[in-house]
Amino acid sequence: MTKKLVKGNIALCEGAITAGLKSYFGYPITPQNEIPSYFSRKMVELGRVFIQAESEIAAVSMVLGAAVTGTRAMTSSSSPGISLKQEAISYMAGMQVPALIVNVQRGGPGLGNISSSQSDYFQAVKGGGHGDYKIIVIAPNSAQEMYEAAYDAFDLAEKYRTPVMILADGIIGQMMEPIEFNRPEKKEFKEKEWILNGCKGREPRSIKSLLMKDGVLEKHNVKLQEKYKLISENEVKYELYMTEDAEIIITAYGISSRIAKSAVKLARKNGIKAGLLRPKTLWPFPSEIISSFAKPNVKFLSVELSHGQMVEDVRLAVNGRSSVEFLGKAGGGLVTEQEIIKKIQSKV
Amino acid sequence: MKKILSKPESLKNAVLSYCPGCGHGIIHRLAAECIDELGVREKTIAVAPVGCAVFAYDYFNFDVTEAPHGRPPAIATGIKRTNPDKFVFTYQGDGDIAAIGMAETIHAANRSENITIIFVNNANYGMTGGQMAPTTLIGQVTETTPFGRNPEREGYPIKLCELLSTLEGTTYLERVAIYNPQNIIKAKKAIKRAFQCQIDGKGFSLVEVISNCPVDWGMTPLDSIKWVEETFIKSFPLGTVKDKINSII
Repeated sequence: MTKKLVKGNIALCEGAITAGLKSYFGYPITPQNEIPSYFSRKMVELGRVFIQAESEIAAVSMVLGAAVTGTRAMTSSSSPGISLKQEAISYMAGMQVPALIVNVQRGGPGLGNISSSQSDYFQAVKGGGHGDYKIIVIAPNSAQEMYEAAYDAFDLAEKYRTPVMILADGIIGQMMEPIEFNRPEKKEFKEKEWILNGCKGREPRSIKSLLMKDGVLEKHNVKLQEKYKLISENEVKYELYMTEDAEIIITAYGISSRIAKSAVKLARKNGIKAGLLRPKTLWPFPSEIISSFAKPNVKFLSVELSHGQMVEDVRLAVNGRSSVEFLGKAGGGLVTEQEIIKKIQSKV
Repeated sequence: MKKILSKPESLKNAVLSYCPGCGHGIIHRLAAECIDELGVREKTIAVAPVGCAVFAYDYFNFDVTEAPHGRPPAIATGIKRTNPDKFVFTYQGDGDIAAIGMAETIHAANRSENITIIFVNNANYGMTGGQMAPTTLIGQVTETTPFGRNPEREGYPIKLCELLSTLEGTTYLERVAIYNPQNIIKAKKAIKRAFQCQIDGKGFSLVEVISNCPVDWGMTPLDSIKWVEETFIKSFPLGTVKDKINSII
């Protein structure tokens, strides 16, 4: 298959379109602007729906509306915009509505800056909005994976009736890489028993998260937790690189994992037994595999473009059986291979 | 013997949770009757608000989705754009539509979304116990305007129909009331015209229904009806604010 040179953000658009995306609702914010811009032409040409909404809140609410009718809908934004979208994400989690939300992260807190960052990890994997819920969080680290993540996200979302988030970052979104558009176009979709499409020939339906009757919300929350358990058992994805004999295992996702992989290669050249464990899903988190590597003679190093977020989940998985170090920065700079090597050497 | 009155098919056989004397029951019925008469019940997807009508899905006998507070116009946009063959309306209160959801309201109207909004204006936040709404009258005492709404402190009541009438995207805007049978008949006509506007693909329609809230106003139902007639509609004059249905072919 011939490869095409595209930006991660465009690859993501193509993945979603190939997966049968029917409607996209967005709002401009850097560094994800290629997404609404690309869709504004492509979706209209395909006879599908594109709206530039009045706000991120409206955009994600439009997604909710399109999604309750059982059609594939998505929105995208970057960090401050994703904060605004948490309202509807919480509703969709409670209402069990499948949809895709893309966060091409930028620096924070506040308006931060437009450089690559990974400081929305907590917001993405710990719930983000109000209430006791989780959403599936996919962390691509290449343009190819942006394409594949967007393609797969809708099946996952519909399988579990849950919002799915793709957590990318400025570099993964902006970087051009050769990719293969290797997925078949989705044209047929399973009939859904819960959607709103008019009550012809059936009883009327409602989709809601407000459950006021005694005990009903408690039961609903237990049901949600059972679903999250099922997702945790079935949908964890990760990549292992040279971890078999590793004495130091780097954990990193997204752009950091690309740098970390180079650092592992460099470390091996220098006789250091380093390896990489890259979560491809941040929730559910690959706790089990991390736990299986945790022993006194193995050390962990979490490399992130944050001041230490994913490292907390690594520590929980390790549960005191290995030492866990952290290396990261947030606000513009990237962690370099040399910095990683230096950190490893100071710890091995 | 001929049956001349029955419950509309578009209403479920449910006990309404509205307070005694509240206008929502009448407005639900008018919407339901219009949907029955227009034959669109089986292709209706309605959007319930946050506010007193939050339980609308328990009362209407067609598909209804929940919406976060103020977002129904955006949600209706998402539904209608992906399903142009469905009949889509939102049912919202004054706080939902003109305070927290003002941006969504204005922009859905401005895009001329082919949806209908039934806007129930009772000049206060009923569900939360009677706080000031964007439509609370000057001088009106509420839970959060204990000294009466003072424009220097709280600004002025928003006349949504007039505000929206300046937007080219709006097709039909009418303010009606339900404090007596004559006005109830007019209100039904307006709702039906607004629904028909959507069915004919003529763009954004909204009917503002001036309603009463006896419990939160601290009045008997009869006094509340009197207040609507003597005070409320003096600030919110009834009638067609905009109608370009006939000029759209």
